[in-house]
Amino acid sequence: MDVDKKDSIASDSSEQVVNPWEVAAKDGGKIDYDKLIDQFGCQRLDDSLIDRVQRLTSRQPHVFLRRGVFFAHRDFNDVLDAYERGDKFYLYTGRGPSSEALHLGHLIPFMFTKYLQEAFKVPLVIQLTDDEKCMWKNLSVEESQRLARENAKDIIACGFDVTKTFIFSDFDYVGGAFYKNMVKVAKCVTLNKAMGIFGFSGEDHIGKLSFPPVQACLSVPAVPSFPSSFPHLFPGKDKLRCLIPCAIDQDPYFRMTRDVAPRLGYSKPALIESSFFPALQASILSLLGENGKMSASDPNSAIYVTDTAKEIKNKINRYAFSGGQDSIEKHREIGANLEVDIPVKYLSFFLDDDTELEHIKKEYGEGRMLTGEVKKRLTEVLTEMVERHRMARAAVTDEMVDAFMAVRPLPSMFE
Amino acid sequence: MGFSKDHLLARLQELQIDYSKYEHPPVLTVEEQAKYVSSSEGALSKNLFLKDKKNRYYIVSAMTDTKVDMKVLSQRLGLGKGGIRMAPEEALSELLQVSLGCVTPFAVVNESARDVSLLLDQKFKNQTRCIFHPLSNDVSISLNTLGLDKFLQSIGRDSVYIDLEANPVVGKDQPPDLAVYVPSNSVVVPELPTKTASIQTASKNVSAEKTKPVASAKPSKLAGNVKSAVEDSALLVFKNPEKFVEEILDKTTALLLSEGKGENVEALAETFRKRLTSEFTHLAVMYKNTAYSQGFYAGTQSQPKRP
Repeated sequence: MDVDKKDSIASDSSEQVVNPWEVAAKDGGKIDYDKLIDQFGCQRLDDSLIDRVQRLTSRQPHVFLRRGVFFAHRDFNDVLDAYERGDKFYLYTGRGPSSEALHLGHLIPFMFTKYLQEAFKVPLVIQLTDDEKCMWKNLSVEESQRLARENAKDIIACGFDVTKTFIFSDFDYVGGAFYKNMVKVAKCVTLNKAMGIFGFSGEDHIGKLSFPPVQACLSVPAVPSFPSSFPHLFPGKDKLRCLIPCAIDQDPYFRMTRDVAPRLGYSKPALIESSFFPALQASILSLLGENGKMSASDPNSAIYVTDTAKEIKNKINRYAFSGGQDSIEKHREIGANLEVDIPVKYLSFFLDDDTELEHIKKEYGEGRMLTGEVKKRLTEVLTEMVERHRMARAAVTDEMVDAFMAVRPLPSMFE
Repeated sequence: MGFSKDHLLARLQELQIDYSKYEHPPVLTVEEQAKYVSSSEGALSKNLFLKDKKNRYYIVSAMTDTKVDMKVLSQRLGLGKGGIRMAPEEALSELLQVSLGCVTPFAVVNESARDVSLLLDQKFKNQTRCIFHPLSNDVSISLNTLGLDKFLQSIGRDSVYIDLEANPVVGKDQPPDLAVYVPSNSVVVPELPTKTASIQTASKNVSAEKTKPVASAKPSKLAGNVKSAVEDSALLVFKNPEKFVEEILDKTTALLLSEGKGENVEALAETFRKRLTSEFTHLAVMYKNTAYSQGFYAGTQSQPKRP
């Protein structure tokens, strides 16, 4: 059983807190991911599973799998079992459209999802929760719709295949079969269940639950996991499985979905979870260091997809927190502190070559390589990435967005 | 070419918009204009033609004493702190079809300016009359904002008046208040061969007070033009089979030249596969997406078969 008493999360600071609204480590330290997996009741994505993915897809597993960025799952093994038998699945991921300034952290879930689409040759639905942003961030309806379309352009630029991808915004698409599922889900979730899953107690103000949008928020992430929500895509395939790449702080929403699914006659969605929280302010990808913030109000805390080569070089050289020692002599003697070094951390996300990364870590950690060299390599890697993204983004026209968002069948979705 | 001043004035008359006309020698700055048109006729305006990093353009028309802080404006538009700067001269002629010293709200009458966002100082509304150039800098006209609104409406535009001196907080929970006025389409303006800086310092395009347009100075306008050239060629690569093949061969030969020395052929082939597969797949997907989108659009426009 997924949902049990273990899931109610204590809210005092002596325990770490991870839920969709808050992420805080124990006593201000680092998040203990093993404990988190234990607490949530999901599984570790171990090497044998990664090997299995390699065998099934006949290609090298994505860098995020190899480096443990996506590190936990629910039922991924079952999905692979079914896949081996010829039973396919579809992917579902989403984004709450926010300010247009996208940084590399925002792209991570999409880069991984694109890999999954290509490797397994399966269709994908992408949900833009413009309604949620409209309500929670107090944007006008028009503004949130506009942002949704702008974000869609950056998402498309990540390289999704239009013959296998359906992008939709809540304002455009909610209704019909989708809405029917929303109501079905809402009827299944008791107050107690919601409280148990989200760790609300009798002490929390009723606004958190009674505010109608929260009810919608509870069911809106769930509904795209059910193929009957997309009758134009999956007619008659009510048992088609769904795999959801997401950040682990979203686990509670999907635990609830998994609980509800069998009761509605649907398959439980499977999850593949990342340790990286794109929306998190204090982020492991902040240029300024582990506890630094990564926010639009400080453009130097992150690399943006609109940064020029010069800006990237400048930001890395000036602002990326270095684990190198203060003097060359000291550095040669004791080596760099890889734990806090931001360039190495970035390389572990974005440098595809395992051998090269190991080499850099060894040389830098033992003092033979200097910070400048590491930063130079990082600048190359990121510049190439951002350039590629920019070029692709420039080719995304409004017509292309319309095509991706059109409610149309996808006849070659499994090819 | 673009709308002429006579054309515009005739249109104003057709719409029965009341205005007064003042002819004078061509003027490039507000100071010069003030010599010929006294403030009793109306409030003089300063007009900025601006561009952001994504090739979107804006006309900001303000009272001469309104402080326009480019950093604040940039943030309020959701472009970050240094996201907006003066537009280059060729954009002035390409998009607004007016000469230097002639930026005016009326320039949006041109089809070429359809994606330019027009932001007006709300202080204009308190004035009996405001003064603008009617597409030519040897004439000024004064009219009430209601007249301006009527004109804008006639060309299908909404008048947008904003408090240009406001400095609201912009952050995670306070979205940029002017972001909705950012155009949804960017415009690529072809480069001019010669590029001299500060052509605009003498002109009315510069804000009258001391604040430099881009405080967190990113160097040259050249960067902006290089970007639009990149974007232009990007579109072609994904649309045109020859350009697509050229791009692939360029990348392949570049890799061959850099890695090919002394490597045995098998190892080289391996390197090619490893290094180029993901990049070329990405290119191919974008090519496919472009073709599909064009087909999709054609589908929406096509007429049903005759029975």
